[in-house]
Amino acid sequence: MAFESFSAFIAMEGHGPYVWTCYAVFAVLLIGLMVQSYRHHRAVTSACKRRYQQQKSTVGNRPKPAATFTRVEVSQD
Amino acid sequence: MWQFFHKLGSPKWFFGIATRFMPWLLAAGAILLMAGVVWGLAFAPKDYLQGNSYRIIFIHVPTAFLAQSIYIMMAFAAVVTLVWRMKLADVFVKSVAPVGLIFTFLSLFTGAVWGKPTWGTWWVWDARLTSMLILLFLYGGAIALDRAINDEKSAARAVAVLVLVGVVNIPIIQYSVEWWNTLHQPSTFKLTEKPSMPAEMWVPLLLSVLGLYCLFGWLACVRMKTEILMREQKTRWVRELIMAERG
Amino acid sequence: MNADARPSVKPVSSAVGPLGAMGAVFARDVRVAFRQRQDLLNPLLFFIMVVTLFPLGVSPEVAFLKQSGAGILWVAALLSVLLSLDHLFRHDFDDGTLEQLVLQPQPLFLLILAKTAAHWVLTGLPLVLLAPVLGVMVHLDGNSIAILCLTLLIGTPVLSMIGAIGAALTLGLRSAGVLLSLLIIPLYIPVLIFGTGTVAAAAEGAPVAGYLALMGAFLVLAVTLAPFASAAALRISLSNS
Repeated sequence: MAFESFSAFIAMEGHGPYVWTCYAVFAVLLIGLMVQSYRHHRAVTSACKRRYQQQKSTVGNRPKPAATFTRVEVSQD
Repeated sequence: MWQFFHKLGSPKWFFGIATRFMPWLLAAGAILLMAGVVWGLAFAPKDYLQGNSYRIIFIHVPTAFLAQSIYIMMAFAAVVTLVWRMKLADVFVKSVAPVGLIFTFLSLFTGAVWGKPTWGTWWVWDARLTSMLILLFLYGGAIALDRAINDEKSAARAVAVLVLVGVVNIPIIQYSVEWWNTLHQPSTFKLTEKPSMPAEMWVPLLLSVLGLYCLFGWLACVRMKTEILMREQKTRWVRELIMAERG
Repeated sequence: MNADARPSVKPVSSAVGPLGAMGAVFARDVRVAFRQRQDLLNPLLFFIMVVTLFPLGVSPEVAFLKQSGAGILWVAALLSVLLSLDHLFRHDFDDGTLEQLVLQPQPLFLLILAKTAAHWVLTGLPLVLLAPVLGVMVHLDGNSIAILCLTLLIGTPVLSMIGAIGAALTLGLRSAGVLLSLLIIPLYIPVLIFGTGTVAAAAEGAPVAGYLALMGAFLVLAVTLAPFASAAALRISLSNS
């Protein structure tokens, strides 16, 4: 431990405000960026899911025609 | 070899790999960064010249490091975009540019705050600070160009050209800023170069650099996955993947 | 009737060589510009006005102007070139000439080199010619003015070359003007630093041959590399619209 006490650790011999401002801004921006990225990912995922379920239910409720044409989707991946 | 290369370009393959690696990246990043920062803040000895303000280095150097290497990674991806038109490379450049911008800003901000107790002023037209500022402009330009072009494909290719032009210019810019700095400020302010940093200082620094790299990897994975989802939501594999997911 | 008297038909492929095409593009751009003289004058007027702002806005003192005159002139020249870049491809893009240019058999980067050269002759060169007058107005001495003009002569083509990349990238976008400045100004910084640095070194009596050689290296680099980037950017922008 480089400091005698907790208050000395906070004060850092007068340099505390500078050091702690830096670390605070760093933490806020980094965590903010991570949370924002993750939330955006979740939002996009659930929006996709909702759309798929909607498509599924509309397809399910449609009156059944006598004959069907099936569209074959060929994935290129 | 070529099969691997093709796989690498496939968003589906990447999606699976990223999902598998992300928890590890997050855990490793958080642990390493926390260890480095706590060690640096509380246990590393204080610098005999700059006192405790030098403890900013444990976030200043990692962000500066990342800021520069993200641009270089973007340049490699730009080559891949232009030559092989690989989808993943576009996605990478687009997802990662804002992260680079934020890291560049952070390194500038921490540098400025560090300058106040060390040089007595918030901002010095120091060669390194100035080059970082220009790097910030380069990131800003790439993001602005990407936003301005509606068509996804041409946006990606235009940004790729811009990033490549930028990366050719970075050494020239750094060299000229260095030269300009010596011309205008005959050694009044110089970041003290420490040839022999004690191990108690550079080990935590190394830890936090590695930690931030891992967190960047995690960020890149999440953001790329989001971008892939938005682009590929009409494909069958995305539909199957999302419908299979719980919650 | 003599069979040799038949009119000979030239094969199409050898009709115009790359150099001929470059000459044609250059001549056309110059001719078009002289039909719209206002477009030629605007950057020059802008140049003079920006320089005028500094004595008014900062200080008309001789000492200040002597010290920062070269920097003021360089910044003003840089901004005027930046302002004129929007026109480089815009008209040709609007009336479809650019599409024709891309379809030519000659390599596109050579044609762009010719276009950029024309742009420099029409905007950069007049700025260089005007610089001595403004240099006298900001109290630069004779030697400094000579060096300043020399750096502008070497530097403004670099500005045009790099600027062409930005103009090609932002072609057809809504807020092209501001975006163009955003993309290009960071890339202009080395030229600005060495342009003003050379004049400052000359004012201190230091030898400037090395700096001028370095600026010459910038010019060579820009002339050889920038047209390729502009050509690539142009193809992307045209495929976009």
